[in-house]
Amino acid sequence: MAVDTLEPRGMRPRPFFTPRKIIIYSLLFFISVYYLFPMYVMIVTSLKSLDEARGGNIFALPIKVTFDPWFKAWDTACTGLYCEGLKVGFLNSMKITIPSVIVSVLIASINGYALVNWRFKGSEVFFVILLFGSFIPYQVMLYPLVIILRELHMFSTLQGVILIHTVFGMPILTLLFRNYFASLPPELFKAARVDGAGFWRIFIQIMVPMSLPIFVVAMILQITGIWNDFLFGVIFAGNQNYPMTVQLNNIVNSTQGVKEYNVNMAATILTGLVPLAVYFISGKWFVRGIAAGAVKG
Amino acid sequence: MESSVSIRDLSLDFGSVKVLQSLDLEVAKGEFIVLLGPSGCGKSTLLNCIAGLLDVSEGQIFIGGKNVTWAEPKDRGIGMVFQSYALYPQMTVERNLSFGLRVSGMPKAEIEQRVNRAAEILQIQPLLGRKPANLSGGQRQRVAIGRALVRDVDVFLFDEPLSNLDAKLRSDLRVEIKRLHHRLKNTMIYVTHDQIEALTLADRIAIMKNGTIQQLADPHTIYNRPVNLYVAGFIGSPSMNFLEGTLNPANQTFVADDGTVVPVGTYAFETPVSGSTKAVLGVRPEHILIGEDAKSKPFTQEVEIEIVEPMGSDTLAWTKIAGKAVTFRCDSDVVITSGQKILIGFDPARGSIFNAETTNRI
Amino acid sequence: MAEATLAAQSKPEEISTRPSLLHNIFLRNLSAKIAALPMVLTVLVVFVGCSAWSVIYSFTNSGSLPSGKFVGFAQYERLFKTARFVGSAENLALYGVLSLVFTMVVGFLLAVLMDQKIRFENTFRTVLLYPFALSFIVTGLVWQWIMNPNYGIQKVAFDLGFTNFRFDLLTNSDTVIYGLVIAGLWQGTGFVMVLMLAGLRSIDEEIWKAARIDGIPAWRTYLQIVIPMMRGVVITTLVIVGSGIVRLYDLVVALTQGGPGFASDVPAKYVYDYMFARGNLGQGLAASTMMLVTVLIILIPWAYIEFGPKKNK
Repeated sequence: MAVDTLEPRGMRPRPFFTPRKIIIYSLLFFISVYYLFPMYVMIVTSLKSLDEARGGNIFALPIKVTFDPWFKAWDTACTGLYCEGLKVGFLNSMKITIPSVIVSVLIASINGYALVNWRFKGSEVFFVILLFGSFIPYQVMLYPLVIILRELHMFSTLQGVILIHTVFGMPILTLLFRNYFASLPPELFKAARVDGAGFWRIFIQIMVPMSLPIFVVAMILQITGIWNDFLFGVIFAGNQNYPMTVQLNNIVNSTQGVKEYNVNMAATILTGLVPLAVYFISGKWFVRGIAAGAVKG
Repeated sequence: MESSVSIRDLSLDFGSVKVLQSLDLEVAKGEFIVLLGPSGCGKSTLLNCIAGLLDVSEGQIFIGGKNVTWAEPKDRGIGMVFQSYALYPQMTVERNLSFGLRVSGMPKAEIEQRVNRAAEILQIQPLLGRKPANLSGGQRQRVAIGRALVRDVDVFLFDEPLSNLDAKLRSDLRVEIKRLHHRLKNTMIYVTHDQIEALTLADRIAIMKNGTIQQLADPHTIYNRPVNLYVAGFIGSPSMNFLEGTLNPANQTFVADDGTVVPVGTYAFETPVSGSTKAVLGVRPEHILIGEDAKSKPFTQEVEIEIVEPMGSDTLAWTKIAGKAVTFRCDSDVVITSGQKILIGFDPARGSIFNAETTNRI
Repeated sequence: MAEATLAAQSKPEEISTRPSLLHNIFLRNLSAKIAALPMVLTVLVVFVGCSAWSVIYSFTNSGSLPSGKFVGFAQYERLFKTARFVGSAENLALYGVLSLVFTMVVGFLLAVLMDQKIRFENTFRTVLLYPFALSFIVTGLVWQWIMNPNYGIQKVAFDLGFTNFRFDLLTNSDTVIYGLVIAGLWQGTGFVMVLMLAGLRSIDEEIWKAARIDGIPAWRTYLQIVIPMMRGVVITTLVIVGSGIVRLYDLVVALTQGGPGFASDVPAKYVYDYMFARGNLGQGLAASTMMLVTVLIILIPWAYIEFGPKKNK
């Protein structure tokens, strides 16, 4: 059959620039600029000398790049009483975050497993209260917790703040693990039980190896959450164990002395570095974590 | 006959994957066409192209004589019914039916008239005030059909509309759709992977594989004269029995690989065969007869029954011919038991012979 | 677990299958119960126990130490007569309304934008979400610098000749809350966007196809079909964002320290100051109880809608 060449045929013509596309991409561009410029300002300010930071334009690139503010923030900046920089806080944050993440993920994974596969009378009730508990403002529970930790001789200690992080990380993590374990085929668990495996054996040899993705998600959630914590650190860790966020706030918002904005910005970036690294490396896992925690609940 | 939907040299690629390849299809006005094939054969993709939900890479689509290759779905004169019903959950049935018409700015009186007509045809008047969540699966599918109906279009597209229903409802709605077609006499293009739906509903069936149409014919031809091995194996349950061997046109025999000889003098060859050819002989289970009925057939053999499966209305028996597992169907009144020796026979005229290399019908 | 193993060993071998089966069930439950002990303790001691303790002691005249003297609603009467607390509640209400409305609307619009089959979707999402990975302290300090009237954006505009341009939200007690809102939005909208996008993506593709066949324009499909279908995600997001707002503390400490004066004070900061700095426990506990009440006002209707009596829609 002779086909009229003017007749529509094949792919619908799609001009590269349509008004719709131009609007969408320019919107996305301006939004991205809004989200990125604080990071840009932080970085350029941290690379300027103090005079340049105070005298110049916050958007301008440094005339002369200097890393002194970074060294100063890390090594000698004053946090109220001491002038040892952020390195102390960094170490403290490590000492708090690593054990807290391990303990809280471990406990929550066992909770989730018990809730799905080994229900006992009242287990669901406890779970529901746990979930609702996560909405209670921390301020309501702070003071009694101080009393309890003092009685346990754990107030102002690393163990104390680790315990607190474990307790308050429990609702969201337990929910995460419970939902994940519930999505595994129950036959797997039944087969293992018929084979005579017990509570711990099934958990360690069958459930854990099948659940690595959710462990990754939980770890990401906890590392960023605990690293970024301020309130629990300031109350429960004690002066000598202040985490990085508290030290940072003390450096920047301490009232005495000249404000060294370049050092402050370097310190701010340093504090954000760990969660940002986790975020950029983990990519879609991070997204999965917050979406799984929120949407399924 | 006047053509309603016409597809010419249609191709669709996703990157380097060719989903549809140079497809041609002419659908007559008022015809019921079923696109049948396994998942991934491109049948739903083809339907989406006809609907305008997917842009084609090459070729043209005509609906009602108009070239709609670049037209928006709403301007193509089609209505579509989806597998998941795709009803708007927050709207009542009445709103679901009328929403598209309201958006297009149709006068209220006409909307009402169309909705009432559709509701009357589908017998869903009592449901008009309800929301989809409060309907059964079958009722939801009726509403989904109604939404296509109110558009008052010539072509209906069905994308596996019964797949989400249980077996009982499925056969009820199947009859319902057939009745609807008889009443409305619209062109209908219907995608399914269920061969019973295809055989019962279609005027013509298009069997698809890898983005091409393998055979386009009426159900009887598809079932009895499949054009190639693929179609022969796909249609029919239990599927056709196949024996591999050599076809000798000189003495009109088919010799199976183990030496069993089947005389094929009665077979109506479509293409002349010269010289012995590697071939596959296919026989449907119901065309293998037993006992007295078998005696008069060109091919007979005494076999031992391996397994018997009573199906209620009839009985399936498993045995071996020429070393190959073979099923045949017999009346449920006939008593056969496994281990029993029995005479079976068939007439190759009712079977199909395919070239082993090209897989095409000979 | 150790105990359970011992118990199993001490059991004589010759006992028939029936008691050992019972024993097995007992053992199994015991392991699960031991494993769930941290959860049970957290629930009973922290979430129920500590909250109850705080509520009860908010009716006492506790000073720097908890005391048993019951004074009825005296602490609450004093609380609502204290300008600082009432002010902080008003501040939080203004911040809450603004940031809730904007995060939800902007978050949803961003999600719609991301849902337009755009190129580099992952890159854009990464850019919009990275602030959410940061601490409120970091967010607060960056914006403090950007909004600094002497060195920040205002100075840039001034240098460019816009001498009347004002961007001194933080130093002006009438506008400081808007400064908090801007910083909070920068951190939080990406999160809402991700949740909304997950919601948009969970909608059956065939709904969109049906709408296209019906000839419904995209904006109308979003407005009249998609948004009503996203009810669940929207409500969950509201609850999460809402209960986060009630807790607002870190951002205030980093960005404004509650100032100028008490112009950006919030209840959480009031609680902290009275409990740990001023040694007025009764006030702190009463204020924290009011925070709890606020959360319950958000939570109870939600729980009722989601889990309450069977829905009749």
